[in-house]
Amino acid sequence: MTRFLAVTRAELLILRRNRWLLVATLIMVLFALALTFAGSAPTGTLGVDMLTVSVASMTTLSVYLAPLLALMIAFDAIAGDVDRGSLALLLSYPAGRGEILLGKFTAHLAALAFAMTVGFGTAGALAAWFGGAGSESLVALCRLILTSILLGAVFLALGYLLSACAGGSTAAAGMSAGLWLIFVVLYDLGLLGAVVMDQSGTFTRSVFPWVMVANPADAFRLWNIAATEGVAMASGMTGAAQALPVWAAPASLLIWPVLALLLARAAFRRVEP
Amino acid sequence: MSDMTLTLKSVCKSRGKLCVLDDVDLSLAPGERVALLGHNGAGKSTLIKCVLGLTSFAGGAIHIDGARPGSADARRNTAYLPEAVSFHPALTGREQLSLFAQLSGAGGDVPGLLDRVGLDDAMDRRIGAYSKGMRQRLGLAQVLLGRPKLALLDEPTSGLDPISRQDLYAIIDELAGQGTAVLIASHALTEVEARTDRIAILRKGVMVADDTLANLSDLAGLPIRLRVRARENPEALAAHLGGNRVNGAAVEMLCSPADKMQALRRIAAMGEAVVDLEMTPPRLEDLYRHYAKEALQ
Repeated sequence: MTRFLAVTRAELLILRRNRWLLVATLIMVLFALALTFAGSAPTGTLGVDMLTVSVASMTTLSVYLAPLLALMIAFDAIAGDVDRGSLALLLSYPAGRGEILLGKFTAHLAALAFAMTVGFGTAGALAAWFGGAGSESLVALCRLILTSILLGAVFLALGYLLSACAGGSTAAAGMSAGLWLIFVVLYDLGLLGAVVMDQSGTFTRSVFPWVMVANPADAFRLWNIAATEGVAMASGMTGAAQALPVWAAPASLLIWPVLALLLARAAFRRVEP
Repeated sequence: MSDMTLTLKSVCKSRGKLCVLDDVDLSLAPGERVALLGHNGAGKSTLIKCVLGLTSFAGGAIHIDGARPGSADARRNTAYLPEAVSFHPALTGREQLSLFAQLSGAGGDVPGLLDRVGLDDAMDRRIGAYSKGMRQRLGLAQVLLGRPKLALLDEPTSGLDPISRQDLYAIIDELAGQGTAVLIASHALTEVEARTDRIAILRKGVMVADDTLANLSDLAGLPIRLRVRARENPEALAAHLGGNRVNGAAVEMLCSPADKMQALRRIAAMGEAVVDLEMTPPRLEDLYRHYAKEALQ
């Protein structure tokens, strides 16, 4: 039972030693701070506190950064061991493949959670200090941090899936970049195109919100926006959020990590080192 | 059969149309050291991966101390040293071996084992700074974890200097002494001939021989190659000894092991006419060629 924790311990040592943890945390802090202070201009006009605006800006940031950081650790998780030739040795031990995957996932998620909490926490604390914060905006900050970790979990698991399928580190890196581009950029562009073509027809009113929430990155955005009125106002994105039941976005973001982990587990089972 | 540590019975494995393992039989008793020889691509590594349960096989059966390959029992009893092993460069030797000790569930004296393989000074340095030989030693240290019943070593001597090789064979003897059956895959006969109890030869997936080296050589009756260098008249020398002339001044002749001493006496009797003599015992290639031909007939 404690075998996956042995893998977790080793993976955490690796993340700390190759400075991934330091760099990821620094990136999070810097970007969150920059967005918080650059995006604080509309505070007066909207009549919300600075932390609310900061959370809205950081939500947009996290959509891009959380998947990127997660894929950056995950792509090498299986393919790296295949390249080094150490996977065969690892698998000759009594620990099962599920335990190895779980051990890596636990370590990577902990590292991601650390970077998110420190990054958004620092920016949020500073925004609250300078521009004030209410109980609602504090809840929004906590929600942002937790949903960012969930979003990271989705892309960690998708990264393992690619890493198991790719057969090599270089291919896995390339496929991860493609995956990021599809989920974070191209998917939304495609939807936007469809909506423009449809001109407020049935697709826009009934299908579009569901297709949108099926993408974990959009579900993350919708969850954070729909939950807080202030954030929704500050981000100017309320239409899609209102067309869906409240549970849609949380359900999507909670189902995705489980689904992706199961897929990664199935792909890992088929890897012959 | 149940007292054998490892048994393979008519194991077959194919990749596409290529037959990688064809009806392979092999068994290892506790404490037995067996060399598995074969050229690159002969199927040695595939055979080991079948035993580890890392790859599937089509026909036949494999038992590791009564357990199926890849089962929890089999994995607990088996130690493996992959070919050209490598580890994550960011970990130290001690951390890597501790991870393996925890994964094996058996624990073990990590610093003691690292000391045993000669890594006591390097155990707190990162593996990224290790030489190939040091990584191989670290790989060997994890084989010693938890007293395995079966040890599968894939090319264990690659990257090791001659002194390290001696250490390696001392460790293999120690393993065999505690009752571990050791299977050593190699492509060099000279490295394993003196240190193993039995030799199995794999050629294109077919087990062409499985016996002691002495028996294999006797059965094959392979000739010893003698190369004699003449002082001035190689023609006469060749005529006298009954060999063939090769590159100018040398004469090459073949003789059976039984006739070896007689041939040497004849050469010595020629006195000044002979400058140098080189004697080559049969090599792995010759053994292969012999057993491969036999298998075809």
